[in-house]
Amino acid sequence: MNTQGSPTPAQSDPPPNPWFRDGVLASWPICFGYIPIGLAMGVLASQANIPVWAVAMMSVMVFAGSAQFICVAMLAAGASIWSIVITTFVVNLRHFLMSSAMAVHLYGLRRRFLSMFAYGITDETFAVNMTHFRKGNWDPMRAITVNQTSNGAWVLSTISGALLGQFIPTGAFGTDYALTAMFLALLLFQLHDIVYVLTGLLALIIGTAWFLLIPGDSYIIAASISAATIGYFFKQYRETKR
Amino acid sequence: MSFTEYLILFGGMGLVTYIPRWLPLFFLAQRKLPQWFIDWLSLIPVAILCALLAPILFTDQPLRTLDLGKTEFLVAVPTLLFAVKTRSLGGTILVGMGLFWLANTVL
Repeated sequence: MNTQGSPTPAQSDPPPNPWFRDGVLASWPICFGYIPIGLAMGVLASQANIPVWAVAMMSVMVFAGSAQFICVAMLAAGASIWSIVITTFVVNLRHFLMSSAMAVHLYGLRRRFLSMFAYGITDETFAVNMTHFRKGNWDPMRAITVNQTSNGAWVLSTISGALLGQFIPTGAFGTDYALTAMFLALLLFQLHDIVYVLTGLLALIIGTAWFLLIPGDSYIIAASISAATIGYFFKQYRETKR
Repeated sequence: MSFTEYLILFGGMGLVTYIPRWLPLFFLAQRKLPQWFIDWLSLIPVAILCALLAPILFTDQPLRTLDLGKTEFLVAVPTLLFAVKTRSLGGTILVGMGLFWLANTVL
């Protein structure tokens, strides 16, 4: 095991500002985005009768926005623990790509530092850190500060949301539609071209049929994996025809 | 759910979230992932969102029967149109909630 090497790699020209301040400043846009989403997630969790301590525990142990929303929706629907864990795995598999891309910038660091860094890789921290690394004025300490500041904002805002949600009656003002509306918006933002539209339609059809025919909640994994696979072959077919 | 059940659930979710974040970093994968896998993964978010939405929009969930006239679906149409127009996540959630609340009060 490589236990040598320091968290900060040798640099010929160290950035002038202290790393902590730079990291916190760079994480501001992320925190700004996380706070309302975290509040919403906390409110919805408390509407689904998930206690405040459990919301805190989930945000610390998982730290993944979309997976936490999906978990709340699935718990509200009475899903089993295993199906929630498997769905989380599929949803968060995309971080594998981000971590691979990030590895290039964290080459030769201590494995303990890397293991701590991995905890804070989200869509947003990845995007911000990669932008700074590409500009060249960035280092691992600044990057992990971005990760952990964003993590702090997420944990605190979800707890605040859960505390707030206790005072809102269940289902009031259409809160029981909030998750559905969020899924609809997120879906729309993902429809980059016809391949995505086709994949989505397939998942709707397969998901509905699977839900009606097969008891339990395997429909989420079954429909998403089969629709993505058919969508992938459709994309291949389209490209060979061109 | 009990403390232990939450611990198992969040521990499991945490583990399957952490491993894909950790593996490439820990082994410093310099090798690029196969293109087919990247292409396939890029379709996963859309597929999962639609799979989650399917029974909400088109079925009576407790009875597990087809229901094509649900309020959830009728409200989804203007909600999606609003999302197309504004591209705003927060706004779309609020509009969806408002319309759903209105539809349930009026209908």
